Amino acid sequence: MMPQDISKSPVCNLAAGEEIRGKWNQLIYRIRRRLGYGATGAVYLADSINGTVALKIGHDQMSITSEVNVLKRFSKVQGKVLGPSLIDVDDWQIRSVTYPFYAMEYLKGETLFDFMRPKSPEWAGILLVQLLTDLHMLHQAGWAFGDLKPDNLLVTGPPYRIRWIDVGGTTVMDRSIKEYTEFFDRGYWGKGSRKAEPSYDLFSAGMVMVNLAYPARFTKKSDPDRQMQELRKNSPMLRLYAHILEKAWNGKYRYAEEMRNELVLLLNEKDKRTVQQNKNPAVQKKAAVQKQTRQSQKKKQKSFIAETFLVFTFVFVVYLFYMLGQTM
Amino acid sequence: MRKKGTLRQILLITDGCSNQGEDPVAMAALAHEQGIAVNVIGVLNENAPEYHRQGLKEVEDIAMAGGGISQVVYTKQLAQTVKMVTQKAMAQTIKGVVNAELQQILGSKSTMEDLPPDKRGEVMEVVDEMGETMNLEVLVLIDASGSMEDKMLTVQESLLDLSISLNSRIGENEFSIFAFPGKKKEVEELLSWSSKLDSIGKIFSKLTLGGITPTGPAIKEGIAAFTRKRSSKRSFLSDDAPGYIEESGM
Repeated sequence: MMPQDISKSPVCNLAAGEEIRGKWNQLIYRIRRRLGYGATGAVYLADSINGTVALKIGHDQMSITSEVNVLKRFSKVQGKVLGPSLIDVDDWQIRSVTYPFYAMEYLKGETLFDFMRPKSPEWAGILLVQLLTDLHMLHQAGWAFGDLKPDNLLVTGPPYRIRWIDVGGTTVMDRSIKEYTEFFDRGYWGKGSRKAEPSYDLFSAGMVMVNLAYPARFTKKSDPDRQMQELRKNSPMLRLYAHILEKAWNGKYRYAEEMRNELVLLLNEKDKRTVQQNKNPAVQKKAAVQKQTRQSQKKKQKSFIAETFLVFTFVFVVYLFYMLGQTM
Repeated sequence: MRKKGTLRQILLITDGCSNQGEDPVAMAALAHEQGIAVNVIGVLNENAPEYHRQGLKEVEDIAMAGGGISQVVYTKQLAQTVKMVTQKAMAQTIKGVVNAELQQILGSKSTMEDLPPDKRGEVMEVVDEMGETMNLEVLVLIDASGSMEDKMLTVQESLLDLSISLNSRIGENEFSIFAFPGKKKEVEELLSWSSKLDSIGKIFSKLTLGGITPTGPAIKEGIAAFTRKRSSKRSFLSDDAPGYIEESGM
């Protein structure tokens, strides 16, 4: 007997071209290729009457049903679509074994790591702002994301937008987190419980940043607080966000919006600092950039004057009419 | 349906090959009859010899007889597995109860799988709700035979991790820990029923590892511990409503 290996399960090894027919709704899906697999099953790219979809097939009824429940709830969260939308839920029967599956919208994009590789570090902050915006909406709707990690996130676009693709860990607030990954789990680091609450997700969000700086990840040492402090100090990217990351690590943010707003403030400030750095004449390239920004600033000033003029004329005309009205 | 009940589970952590006393598979069946699910985690060294892997067959047999879940893992995956097995076992037990109710409503042979996906989702919400709010009693049986020596620290960490997860639930939790073989007896109680596991570091340092593996007697002692707990509770609380879990188990 060996430790069970999920990758050997039949649902993880469907061949391209294979067709799957649902037992209940009778829709047919033709497998194109496998997109990935995890603890509960595998996700395939497949063609169907509803177009190209992402198809998740599992072997455990309960976990697949749970995920479907979450995806259904997502469509009820008002405003923006947070996760991929759910298209079909069914069972696939083969050789008297039943495998539950569901079809969802296929989101095309890049992994966080691939996206960040050619990009400058402020992009990490911007993606985090987007992520926190979505988290805030999710929290308002009464859910915590749970298993927040780069593997469950995708950058779509342009225009670039972070999206979440695997919502299996999403948990009703105040319950125990359904699914998590050690590196992103505050319980593992000894920094709190596994109760679904905003600060649980914000801890993980902070660790996503840490993971971007240290893609290889690492394990817990005897003093995690000091370990993390060192790591933040030693990464030029994390140093920018050190203050915010430390607060998230210590569970100081009660709402995603709080963390988001501080991050936005910091990103704005940081811009000013870069402009100041550009005043250094030693670096020609930077000077050129500076020229450009100045030119654009001049343009902005011109348009400002024009706007002011227009506003004044408008007010004057309105005043004229008013006076006319008074005299008549 | 929302009536609170108590889930009773034995979690056996072993590297296999029981060699003394009653047949552990029989004892697991006995536990199952009394509404206690027996779950087994088999721990394997990365470089374990082939005959050792074979010995872990017992792991599966015990869990099957005990109506629980089994999993064989390498030492380093232990923490995740302990939690996963416990929660899966809880869900399985609850599902068993829900299926029994469904059969009463929809006729024999109906299970959750026979429902169309939509209805299944609704049933699943009930299962989730129960898993979150029911009280849980976990009795951990730790194989303290000599071959487990290098795995004890990981076992200890895994149990602490389990308590973090379970104590994040809404329902109450109680843990009890036994080791086999004990210092003087075949089975020794390390921790009597308690909702916190913070102090287990001390318990583990006192542990001396012995040669024999009396897995059967350990499960038997586990059943006895549940029975003692139940009867002591009765004397305090006469209205201790016996949940459906107690009667039916699976």
